[in-house]
Amino acid sequence: MTPELGQLALILALLLALAQGVLPIVGAWRGNGALMAVARPAAAGQAVFVALAFGLLVWAFVHFDFSVQYVADNSNLALPWYYRIAAVWGAHEGSLLLWIFILNLWTVALAAFSRQLPEVFAARVLGVLGLVAVGFLAFIIFTSNPFGRLLPMPADGGDLNPVLQDPGMTFHPPVLYMGYVGFSVAFAFSIAGLLGGELEQAWVRWARPWTNVAWAFLSGGIVAGSWWAYAELGWGGWWFWDPVENASFMPWLVGAALIHAQAVTEKRGSLRAWTILLSIFAFSLSLLGTFLVRSGVLTSVHAFASDPRRGLFILCFLAVVVGGSLLLYALRAPKVAGGKPFRVVSRETAILVSNLMFTVAAAMVLLGTLFPLVGDALHLGKVSVGPPYFGFLFPLLMLPVVLLLPFGPFLRWGKSDAAPLKSVLLRVAIAATACAIVAAFLVDGQLKAIAGVAAAVWCAVGTLLYVYKRWREVPRGRRYPAEMAGMLLAHFGVGVFLVGVLLSESLSVTRDVRMAPGETQTIGSYQFRFDGVHASRGPNWHAEQGVVTVTRDGKPVAVMHPQKRTYLRGQVQTESAIDPGITRDLYVALGEPMDPAKLEGAWALRLYHKPFVRWIWAGGLFMMLGGFASAADRRFRVRRAAAAAQIEPVAGESRA
Amino acid sequence: MRMLPRLLLAATLAFAGLAAAQAIDPLPFKDHAQEVRFQKLTAQLRCLVCQNENLADSNADLARDLRHEVFGLMQSGKSDDEIKQYLVDRYSDFVLYDPPVQGNTLLLWFGPLLILLAGAATVAVTVRRRNRGTTPAAVDSKLLDGASNDRGDDW
Amino acid sequence: MSRLAPFFGFMLLVALFGFGIWWNTRHDQREVPSPLIGKPAPEFVLPLLDDPARTVSKASMLGKPYLVNVFASWCIACGEEHPVLMAEGRTLGIPVVGYDYKDAPEDAKAWLARHGNPYDMVIADREGRTAIDFGVYGAPESFLIDAKGVIRYKRIGPFTPEVIASELKPAIAALQKEAP
Repeated sequence: MTPELGQLALILALLLALAQGVLPIVGAWRGNGALMAVARPAAAGQAVFVALAFGLLVWAFVHFDFSVQYVADNSNLALPWYYRIAAVWGAHEGSLLLWIFILNLWTVALAAFSRQLPEVFAARVLGVLGLVAVGFLAFIIFTSNPFGRLLPMPADGGDLNPVLQDPGMTFHPPVLYMGYVGFSVAFAFSIAGLLGGELEQAWVRWARPWTNVAWAFLSGGIVAGSWWAYAELGWGGWWFWDPVENASFMPWLVGAALIHAQAVTEKRGSLRAWTILLSIFAFSLSLLGTFLVRSGVLTSVHAFASDPRRGLFILCFLAVVVGGSLLLYALRAPKVAGGKPFRVVSRETAILVSNLMFTVAAAMVLLGTLFPLVGDALHLGKVSVGPPYFGFLFPLLMLPVVLLLPFGPFLRWGKSDAAPLKSVLLRVAIAATACAIVAAFLVDGQLKAIAGVAAAVWCAVGTLLYVYKRWREVPRGRRYPAEMAGMLLAHFGVGVFLVGVLLSESLSVTRDVRMAPGETQTIGSYQFRFDGVHASRGPNWHAEQGVVTVTRDGKPVAVMHPQKRTYLRGQVQTESAIDPGITRDLYVALGEPMDPAKLEGAWALRLYHKPFVRWIWAGGLFMMLGGFASAADRRFRVRRAAAAAQIEPVAGESRA
Repeated sequence: MRMLPRLLLAATLAFAGLAAAQAIDPLPFKDHAQEVRFQKLTAQLRCLVCQNENLADSNADLARDLRHEVFGLMQSGKSDDEIKQYLVDRYSDFVLYDPPVQGNTLLLWFGPLLILLAGAATVAVTVRRRNRGTTPAAVDSKLLDGASNDRGDDW
Repeated sequence: MSRLAPFFGFMLLVALFGFGIWWNTRHDQREVPSPLIGKPAPEFVLPLLDDPARTVSKASMLGKPYLVNVFASWCIACGEEHPVLMAEGRTLGIPVVGYDYKDAPEDAKAWLARHGNPYDMVIADREGRTAIDFGVYGAPESFLIDAKGVIRYKRIGPFTPEVIASELKPAIAALQKEAP
């Protein structure tokens, strides 16, 4: 019975979402308080039913209910419990349910923390989120039911795709979805603002922490995905510019632009229309990502199994939501540039330039990702667009951003003096040049690595200079408000990230080698000795496990155990062995035996030495922390308390 | 290559066609420089039968054959461009992950530049307009704002 | 007007996606048109499956059009195509050459013995080297080569009776019209 209960819960959730989407917006339009008051209870009810459905699917997985088709397809009796829970979002239907569940979490959080907002505005915001939920609930109910029955019930199920049986993949989707869905809040605020014609700065201040948190989650999700690709796919790469990766990267880029644009709008009142447009873009690109992954219009390494019916549904949904929003924008966006004026040399200009670059980069990624489709549509022939294209254009577009980054905090709103900027320029340039020269000797004249060191020092020293300035000039306790600390963390993260990318890209050594037991290969200053292969066994797999002993100058460094696993249903999966380090990763993957009949003989192995590769994810985590830290700023809360305080005395007076 | 099983796999697995095992293929390179050149080149070539993988990473049978072909061509002294042309002659431009700049890819390569120029023009106009809108009074109030930056946290 | 630009841009995108969904219901995404159509077939010298001592070459086939059908015993889609070739191969009016691709000769012989042999001759490319020259990337694939040795048509994936009627037979008819 429970699966039917889940289905019922989803249908009830859909009805509540309809109520949440329609009534409050009508109420706000007609000035009907009773209709507006529907928003919060409807959102809460919807969340309860979706949580119930989600819980029932988890329960079905935990209790091996193979009479549910989705459970039978994606799990089996031997799958450990933690992967059975992760299997809930291991395929299309369940991951969609997770998407909706997370949308409900955000909505409930918003409903709870929006008491201080004007009632009309809150009703519109929750209404817009309700309409988004309607689309997704209808999508899951009509095209992707996770509770479909499989009768007669099989004795055992299939398997969760082995590549997903990894901790990185367990966390990647929920965190990523937190980011995707989180942009719905900024989106809802913008739409509510457009609907009501209230485009004051107040709502932007209110939207900012939500946007920062969403972007931070998205950063974390992308880091988890990248880490997973590195550790699990066994190719040693961390980013492939695959359509699915690009789908998550575009909202991230636009989100980065949005965070900055919101700061301008909140503090100076400028760029209001642009902030609204970016809010729409960020969420649209999140929806687009969902579309690209599930519609099958593009070839990708890890797209969900596709179905044109689903593609069509999401496309119509996209057209209505995004098309409608953009039409609303065209009709209602502020026509007159408001806010305080600014000079050419000002923080506004710098942020505008970086916004431009982020947006163009996102557009470039979109163009590159979709170009094969454009080729089909315009009969230009089949075209492949891959890493060489993105890898060439993306750094070019990001170069101005990196160059501007140290000056951002030093620039003043409105108008800046040139003198302090010149002194910053002088210092970061000297630091970057000096480090580049030192690096040139260490990295053997590799240009990319030298550029990496210089760029990283440029960003990091620029950021640290500002940290030092605040330290010197501002009394203790007020030096680093959370909002600023977040900005500094994220900017510092850019420097860390650059070290990781450019040094690991240029200095990594990869070798495919044939090794008989006892043989040694040398990479860099490390000796890899192959000590043969033995059988190994896990809860739902058996494996051939290699033993590779790594030494450096005769001293032991690590004993590594790369595996070649065979899962229950026959899927073969390599498990690379990684010896992590701050300045380098050692990475070993086990290939095939040279002679399939002689497992004790020579094997093919892939050995990697990857300097500074971990800095890539460390940089991403810094950016994530920055996003969270900024959102925690008291300013965002204090103002709200102040606003509430303002209202209360008024109420008191009227009573008196 | 074994198309149907792969398709069946695609139908049953959520993440379709994801190669579970990577291609580890020791080849007798002359020296490490040649190995690096080989890795770079094969990373830019597309495996035709895979969902979206390059020749270097793909474990497909054909990818292995083509890797060995590339290796052989390299041994016989062919340049990277000649090797790419060799594959393009047989399999079309689709094998190149780095699409050549030519008629059908002009939009791809110069589209971002057009967007950038259009955006830059908009930014320039905005900055100029806002700059001109700066009245002396506004400057004063802004200077005050600037002064407040030093005092407090409203940076 | 400029406020409407994002809307129109997005509508273009929607049109593109709509096209993509429609296109993919009609095309296999993995189908890559061959650049060899209209070009001379690559030179090849391959042994006969039944008699490896004898070889067939491009030169020896010149003078009349023929169809090369790439198959293998391990290829499941070839098994689907096979009955179609058995039924229609002889009605084409040109020789059909089986191209046994990356296959053990015994397996191929056993497979043909079991399912029947629709081919006028079968050549074997055990290593798949020559297949690369033909731009073969899967099986089944078929090439229609004219009397001058030029590739005129390529089919990627199995032939169906419909494809034979709508594509292959018209292409053969066109060749025969050209012939003096």
